[in-house]
Amino acid sequence: MQSSIEVAAMAGTLESSDAQVTVEPGTKGIELSIDSSVMNQYGRQIKACALETLERLGIQNGKVTVVDRGALDCTLKARIEAAVLRSEGVSESNIDWGGAIR
Amino acid sequence: MINAIGRDIPEELLVNGKRVYQGKNALDGTYVQRVAPQTRRAERPVESKICTNIREACERCGAHDGMTVSFHHAFRNGDYTASMVMKILVEEMGLKDITIAATSLGDAHDLIAEYIEQGKVIGIQTSGIRGRVGETVSSGKLKSPAILRSHGGRPRAIQAGEVHIDIAFLAAASSDECGNASGMGGKSNCGSLGYAIGDSQAADHVVIITDTLVNFPNIPSSIACEDVDAVCVVDAIGDPAKIASKELRFTQDPRELMMAEAVADVIAATPYFVDGFSFQTGAGGPSLAANHFIEAHMRERGIHMGFALGGITGAVCSLQQKGLIDKLVDVQSFDLTAIKDLGENPNHVEISASQYANPANKGAYVNKLDFVVLGALEVDTDFNVNVVTGSDGILRGAPGGHPDTAAASKCSIVVTPLTRGRMPTVCEHVVTVTTPGDCVDVLVTEYGIAVNPRRSDIAKCLDESGIKHVDIEELKNRAYELVGRPDDLEWEDQVVAMVEARDGSLLDIVRKIKPLVL
Amino acid sequence: MIPRPKPERFRLRRTMMFMNAQKPSLIKDAYIYGADTIMLDLEDAVAENQKDAARFSLYHALTTIDYGDTEVLVRINGLDTPHWKEDIRVAVAGGADGIRISKCESADDVKSVEKQILAAEREFGVEEGRTLIMAALESAKGVVNAYEICCASDRMFGIALAGGDFRKDMHVKVTDTGIDIMVARGLILLAARAAGVQCFDTNFADFKNMEGFEREVRQNRKMGFDGKSIINPRQIPLVNELFSPTKDDITYAEHLIRSYAEQFARGVGVYTVDGKMVDIAFIKEARNTLKYAKKCGKYSGDLDQVGGEF
Repeated sequence: MQSSIEVAAMAGTLESSDAQVTVEPGTKGIELSIDSSVMNQYGRQIKACALETLERLGIQNGKVTVVDRGALDCTLKARIEAAVLRSEGVSESNIDWGGAIR
Repeated sequence: MINAIGRDIPEELLVNGKRVYQGKNALDGTYVQRVAPQTRRAERPVESKICTNIREACERCGAHDGMTVSFHHAFRNGDYTASMVMKILVEEMGLKDITIAATSLGDAHDLIAEYIEQGKVIGIQTSGIRGRVGETVSSGKLKSPAILRSHGGRPRAIQAGEVHIDIAFLAAASSDECGNASGMGGKSNCGSLGYAIGDSQAADHVVIITDTLVNFPNIPSSIACEDVDAVCVVDAIGDPAKIASKELRFTQDPRELMMAEAVADVIAATPYFVDGFSFQTGAGGPSLAANHFIEAHMRERGIHMGFALGGITGAVCSLQQKGLIDKLVDVQSFDLTAIKDLGENPNHVEISASQYANPANKGAYVNKLDFVVLGALEVDTDFNVNVVTGSDGILRGAPGGHPDTAAASKCSIVVTPLTRGRMPTVCEHVVTVTTPGDCVDVLVTEYGIAVNPRRSDIAKCLDESGIKHVDIEELKNRAYELVGRPDDLEWEDQVVAMVEARDGSLLDIVRKIKPLVL
Repeated sequence: MIPRPKPERFRLRRTMMFMNAQKPSLIKDAYIYGADTIMLDLEDAVAENQKDAARFSLYHALTTIDYGDTEVLVRINGLDTPHWKEDIRVAVAGGADGIRISKCESADDVKSVEKQILAAEREFGVEEGRTLIMAALESAKGVVNAYEICCASDRMFGIALAGGDFRKDMHVKVTDTGIDIMVARGLILLAARAAGVQCFDTNFADFKNMEGFEREVRQNRKMGFDGKSIINPRQIPLVNELFSPTKDDITYAEHLIRSYAEQFARGVGVYTVDGKMVDIAFIKEARNTLKYAKKCGKYSGDLDQVGGEF
């Protein structure tokens, strides 16, 4: 697992209840930007969930953009994990289920 | 000052006799002196009140800066009138500081949002406040707080002189040259003009706007020529496609059907479900579908409905045709089937908003209502209901007849899914109270039924019928488990809207939302 | 992770509803629709280039959502794709109750899947033998090999006909009468019964045609299917209802069992009830009806326990 995003990648859709997550290279730590249809009510929780997921994946540097359409935490996590692992080219097999993915 | 449901109303709004909500039926038995409009005599016979255009009508009625105008919403999202008239007043005639006292505003009125931003419209009084108008008011651009009233509260306020309408611009499907105006007989019919009748009798000036001129006298009519100053004939008063669909279809969504069935079971379990009972549903998914399941119970018990009240739909008309309902009492016709039926069926009768739900007269129809089935954006654990602000704090709904029917009916049932997307419907505290908890008896969700502790009699009936119900706290916890507990919204100080209870006291306020910046 | 009860090999499976693991708004309370089983799909519902993302969604859907008493199965991609092994890893790691093998054609297919499941159970600390298997027969070869497929593993609880692909293989189209897949239905029912496992019919795609649907479901029941695949929640109540014993069925079964108890006491083995000849086979069947009715929540007496000695 890498600690910086090196390749841009994306996961998720803009459908209702989903989130579209894009990860790109960045050097100034984690630059997280969130745009959500439920920002006022869940903005903080979305941010916390995103940061926690990135930490578990060992990411310390990268630009992460979340366009949220009311996704639950389980969906956010799934989309962030898919985007990051796609970026690292290891999303198809041998995933650490129950470990880094939890 | 804290009112009877625990909401804090700022002192500066408690002026001119405005009080805080004291509870259901607090003003019962008290007297009110009604006011009357100023009326221009037409002693010398006038052949025709037709004006060349709307502008001429406005001038004839003395349109001026700072006046209050009114519109009705019988043409719903297909309405052209309100926008047409406002454009002429603001852009052509250069008028400003106008207050709009509409019966409801919605998606057809985005233009008005423009005028609010420009400061030309400085006051809004309405039931419904949606779309761009809702967003604009929520962002604090209206000079004074908007006043939100129920369908019963509005005529009360007008009759008591709290709202003075200078000019009422009333759209009508057809009219004669003297102003006998109707919701039928034209190119775009709306059926019942229940929301227009009161204004025609209370405003200082009344302008009828129609696209179908017929021979005098256009009777029977909802609006009488004795109350009308001017008649304007335009190309189109509305878009028929958006006014009414052919017939509101009832939902096939299994979740909504489940809830509708539960609603009917609850109704059948109460002692009010007897021959001759009365009933009102809304037009929303589970609400409308409930008609179907109630029919089954009616057939099983061999009972029929004495009258159906409120917004009348094709589904209700067909129940009547099957011999299951005696009378249809119509303040708004929701679809083309209902509109047509109103015109042809002597047992389907139009009533005004005041007759429907006004708490300050000698007995509105809601007082005789047994059951009402309503929707909700949010319900809290005190059974307070919010139908006007989204859980993001933006205005996007309407009290409508919700507070009136809930207060007066013998058994009020709110039916709603437990969550909508990531929004929990059942919550700790609603963002805005539009119907107080002391008026709401039963909550039906797809996760279970909750009975207001104030109605232990209903809880007992459900127990006797084997209908399970739970504590509303459980439903709230389930909702939060499913979607996460939302953070409390943050507000600025500015009050952008006031919610009046049906008796005129202040139920709640809406402040300007402070958007979250991470 | 929300602890799930140990999967039961022969539980009630009248309705199996297919759901897209990437649509959590629908899955988060899928149990509310009342299906006996939910099938989270990694195969046809997921585009080829989204198979990886779908697994992450599946894992979190399996571990964070409370399904109550509803069974949760995962449909994995075919053994001819590069996806199936990772599909099994994620399903087992996530605690799914079982795996549905797509396009199963032979006992070897079942054994390959079983091997991967066991490896995954060991890798992720899941109790060995916990994860069940069912096989979807989607080709002529699969149907012909139905019996050996049914017998290929102790984890196997049933087989299903997957009409869409099967019809393509047979070069036939959907008919009103069902003659297009009638023989296949008969064959897989025989195989399943002979092997002692359950049998499920294919889904009815035209979910707006409720009349046609009801006809097919009634036919399914008469033929002896244990359940049916569902593609739209509004199909569920009808199937659950038609696949449950009716009040009359239950009353008659109780009647038979009571009569048996009396007759047995007198040493009589064959007798008539309501003018019809009845022997021990009928009584066994009556008992099964009551047991089944109990599972459906329609019977709460204890006449299903009577006559344990046969």
